[in-house]
Amino acid sequence: MLHFILTVILLSPLFGSMIAGLFGRQVGRKGAHTATIIGVAISTVLSFYVFMLFVLEGSEPYNASLYTWMVTDGVRFEIGYMIDELSATMMLVVTFVSLMVHIYTIGYMDHDEDYDHHNPYYQRFFSYISLFTFSMLSLVMANNFLQLFFGWEAVGLVSYLLIGFYMKRESAIQANLKAFLVNRVGDFGFILGIAMVFVYFNTMDYQEFFAQLTSQRDVMIEIVPGVEWSMITLMLILLFVGAMGKSAQMPLHVWLPESMEGPTPISALIHAATMVTAGIFMVARLSPAFELSETALSVVLIVGALTAFMMGLLGLIQNDIKRVVAYSTLSQLGYMTAALGASAYAAGMFHVLTHAFFKALLFLAAGSVIIAMHHKQDIRDMGGLKKYMPITYIAMLIGSLALIGFPGFSGFFSKDSILLALGESDRYGAMFAYVLLMAGVFVTAFYSFRMFFIVFHGEESEYVRTHELKESPWVVTLPLILLSIPAVLMGLPMIEPMLNGTYFGDSVFVMAENDTMMAVYNNYFHGVLNMILHSFITLPVILALSGVLLAWVLYVKRPDIPGKLKSMCPRGYYVLDNAYGFDRLNEIVFVNGTRKLGEFFTKSVDIKLIDSGVVMNTCYAILNSAKSLRETQTGYMYHYAFVMIFGLLAMLVWVLW
Amino acid sequence: MLSSYPILSTLIWLPIIGGLLVLFAGRNNASAAKWLSLGTAMLTFVLSLPLWFGFDTTTASMQFVEKVSWIPSFNIYYHLGVDGLSMPLVLLTTFTQVLVIASAWDVIKERVEQYMGAFLIMGGMMTGVFVALDSILFYVFWEALLIPMFIVIGKWGGPRRVYATLKFFLYTFFGSVFMLVSFLYMYYQSGSFSILDMHTMHLGMTAQTLIFLAFLIAFAVKIPMFPVHTWLPDAHVEAPTAGSVVLAAIMLKMGGYGFVRFSLPITPDASMQLDWLVIALSLIAIVYIGVIALVQSDMKKLVAYSSISHMGFVTLGMFVLYDILQNTGTLQGAQLGMEGAMVQMVSHGFISGAMFLAIGVLYDRMHTREISAYSGVVNKMPWFVMFAVLFAMANVGLPGTSGFVGEFMVILSSFKANLWYGAIAALTLIIGAAYTLWMVKRVFFGPITNENVENLKDLNKREFAIMATLAVAVVVLGVYPGPLMEVMHTSVENLLIQATTSKL
Repeated sequence: MLHFILTVILLSPLFGSMIAGLFGRQVGRKGAHTATIIGVAISTVLSFYVFMLFVLEGSEPYNASLYTWMVTDGVRFEIGYMIDELSATMMLVVTFVSLMVHIYTIGYMDHDEDYDHHNPYYQRFFSYISLFTFSMLSLVMANNFLQLFFGWEAVGLVSYLLIGFYMKRESAIQANLKAFLVNRVGDFGFILGIAMVFVYFNTMDYQEFFAQLTSQRDVMIEIVPGVEWSMITLMLILLFVGAMGKSAQMPLHVWLPESMEGPTPISALIHAATMVTAGIFMVARLSPAFELSETALSVVLIVGALTAFMMGLLGLIQNDIKRVVAYSTLSQLGYMTAALGASAYAAGMFHVLTHAFFKALLFLAAGSVIIAMHHKQDIRDMGGLKKYMPITYIAMLIGSLALIGFPGFSGFFSKDSILLALGESDRYGAMFAYVLLMAGVFVTAFYSFRMFFIVFHGEESEYVRTHELKESPWVVTLPLILLSIPAVLMGLPMIEPMLNGTYFGDSVFVMAENDTMMAVYNNYFHGVLNMILHSFITLPVILALSGVLLAWVLYVKRPDIPGKLKSMCPRGYYVLDNAYGFDRLNEIVFVNGTRKLGEFFTKSVDIKLIDSGVVMNTCYAILNSAKSLRETQTGYMYHYAFVMIFGLLAMLVWVLW
Repeated sequence: MLSSYPILSTLIWLPIIGGLLVLFAGRNNASAAKWLSLGTAMLTFVLSLPLWFGFDTTTASMQFVEKVSWIPSFNIYYHLGVDGLSMPLVLLTTFTQVLVIASAWDVIKERVEQYMGAFLIMGGMMTGVFVALDSILFYVFWEALLIPMFIVIGKWGGPRRVYATLKFFLYTFFGSVFMLVSFLYMYYQSGSFSILDMHTMHLGMTAQTLIFLAFLIAFAVKIPMFPVHTWLPDAHVEAPTAGSVVLAAIMLKMGGYGFVRFSLPITPDASMQLDWLVIALSLIAIVYIGVIALVQSDMKKLVAYSSISHMGFVTLGMFVLYDILQNTGTLQGAQLGMEGAMVQMVSHGFISGAMFLAIGVLYDRMHTREISAYSGVVNKMPWFVMFAVLFAMANVGLPGTSGFVGEFMVILSSFKANLWYGAIAALTLIIGAAYTLWMVKRVFFGPITNENVENLKDLNKREFAIMATLAVAVVVLGVYPGPLMEVMHTSVENLLIQATTSKL
């Protein structure tokens, strides 16, 4: 029965997607959104049941195969389910946020600018988001690496299709190509990591892989003659490279800001709440392996911390409302990654969960603003929107407070557990990461409220004064309200089981000596209320509040100061404005470099060396010596061909005789 | 057994006779020529299905065998049979035939009967190559099928067709002469032209090395491998759509088939000694050719180079077994590579065929293959672009499509042989995506920039049916490759034993 329920959860979004995608014209707009919403709603309800079963009631993990993809060399490649606290939680988050986004999309796409009567773009959009839901579910429900990779690439495909959804727009199709290629760089590492799993463990199955970890932990491999590395470390770093692509960690983060070219509901669902957290999920899923390599975890820790801080800084200077949220996503992904690196997998996952809700909320609220602004996204064109859009205003406020970790809001608990866990960790790089993340708290608060104040409080812009703005329709505001609830409340019941490890149970493995979460629980945790009250005299909250205060001073009280600051340190602004130059470097080295190399290969090696040098000289030699072959040039192909065959037969007969 | 009638002979001769009939009967009646051709191709495909359903997966020996003395004085037999290595390729051939005939339906206006007839005859001969168990019979089919191909390119080809045909001829002829000499040498040693006898005969190291190199030249040209690949892009560019499809989907596979039918079992010791050569050339094909594909401005050339790059996985997967054996002491992992190579051949048949057909669809409408002539095709041809993007994704090796299966298996297996092989091969994830999707972006997406694109019409029913058939094939093989593996297992296991048993 459970098996059947899981299959329904997995396939019903796919089914909806096919109806909307293949029969979009026949079913029309209404048919398309009804079919997909029903599909995802079924998954959501059943996922809730699965969540109750595995998380609330604590059932034993369910590990079973759906079908055997292939068997070869004694290795079974299967498609199947591994359901435990970790995957059940992710399933619920994915389906719930997806359902909200489906409903929201009805309102969002209705007002879309690129409307084209000939192209059922509306149906196509619903088809894609349902297809995404299917892909993401198959990723989180997987019980093996093959299916993980399938889901991994399938979400990448849908992300590609959706970033380029406005396919007439050059910037959109440039962004989706970039997104796919950068992700492929990550996948390059990922597939090699999977290859190592195959080579050294002879299985694709998670459980069988975990079971062999201890016996394989001391295997060394020779990278180049004379240089030996721990097999497990190399494997984990390669797998983590995959996570860096999908979860946009530096230096593979460059695709995420541009992914904002896609429609806003997608930015919420894919590029904030779910897909980009796949890398975090994967590391948590493979925690039994990561626990075995301090080196790999240190890499994870440092990459995460750098991303968290440096991407946060970039959020300070963005003027596109979606880009502010996008950089904040990058920064928050850095927090989650850093948590993983400190063996605080539960804290990282906890932040994934809270972030999924409050970031989806922020994005959808931003989208609501964009709808009201008739698809203008520059915050300098906004201002004073508070009185026109009260629901959106409150939603955005809740989202921002959760994001900066205001005491009591969901983000507070998850971010505080990350910071506390880092403080407890003695891993190489932990101190460095702790400082960066702490500074990041201030930065986060500042850029979030900078945007918030400019959009909702600042002086009304020319555009706002001359246009009639109004609150979005109920299909847009309802998801905002529904998402606000978990964004505020979900931290309260979850913090304690997260810290003491009872939430994820055995689905996440931490070695006793690495268990920073437990240390936090024992040293700091004295009840939820106490945690909230006490937090007002702790550094993170003080930093967050001063960030808000500074944003208020600079953008409400004295809006003349930011301009002066900008002209005071032009060099710093230049660096941030160019996003540290990653794009330029990639453009010069990788894009143009490869193209030049390709041209060199074509012209100099293929054409000059091989063709003209060897082949054609041979041709001409033959042509000159055998003038009779000239006929070929006049097109008597029959003659030519028959001569060849008869020649061969004659030769054959002669040799055999 | 279903082999109560000579099924393999039927698959060879039915299209050939059908083709001749079309040539004569359809002279002044294009419509009759078309329907007769399509009927023949479909009937051949249906008749080839018993090979799949009646196939015994438990034995590595030849099935559906027919053996008749042909030229008794030289001990030459008309000897046919299939095993798990050749059977999928036969089905690929008969399947592709139907699509090829259908693809030319409205496109070819002059001398339709000759065009269709040529393809039918070619189809029968290609089946002959895959099922022949006598080396002379094999050789006759191998060479003879070039005639219709020359005619097709030479008659219906592009402006530089003579150059392309000449290049094609010189390369392949150069290659196959060495193969013929090897057959003759072995005949003098053993008195038999039977391929199965050649598998078991003893050969000294020098002889093996020379034979291996002779085979390598013949098959490398066909596949084609670096540096004997330069005929392929030219041949593709000049060939009409159907010619490109047959070339890419089936004729290239004959080279790969040659390695598993001849090189590995006949010259195992030389294969072991010279495997580095094949592996090096394969890795060069994957990376170097991929980078070249990136800068092509002609869509067909781009896909042609992409074909060469993907065929690199075939040869890589076939030759990693010796390194695996040497480094790990067992063959565990080698089967994955070998089967990966075989699957890659089948999958590449679908995908490259589909890509060339897609380019043909555009070419029929716009009469140009220059990437720069297109932009924003999706606005006018949404269904077509849906299929084209699916095939592009399959070409990129996306899981869930057939393109993933072979690549994945070969990467895993070659990593086992040497981690650097795996790493270099895996670069295709990036390079393949770059050249394919960059083309997709430029051709299909973006704003419409010229009038010709503005006037494009979406797929008609016939084109839709062809695209949909291939799409189903690509997805089914990607989602459930298990049955195809099962067909191959026993034969591949047997091949691995042959390839690692010394014949000195």
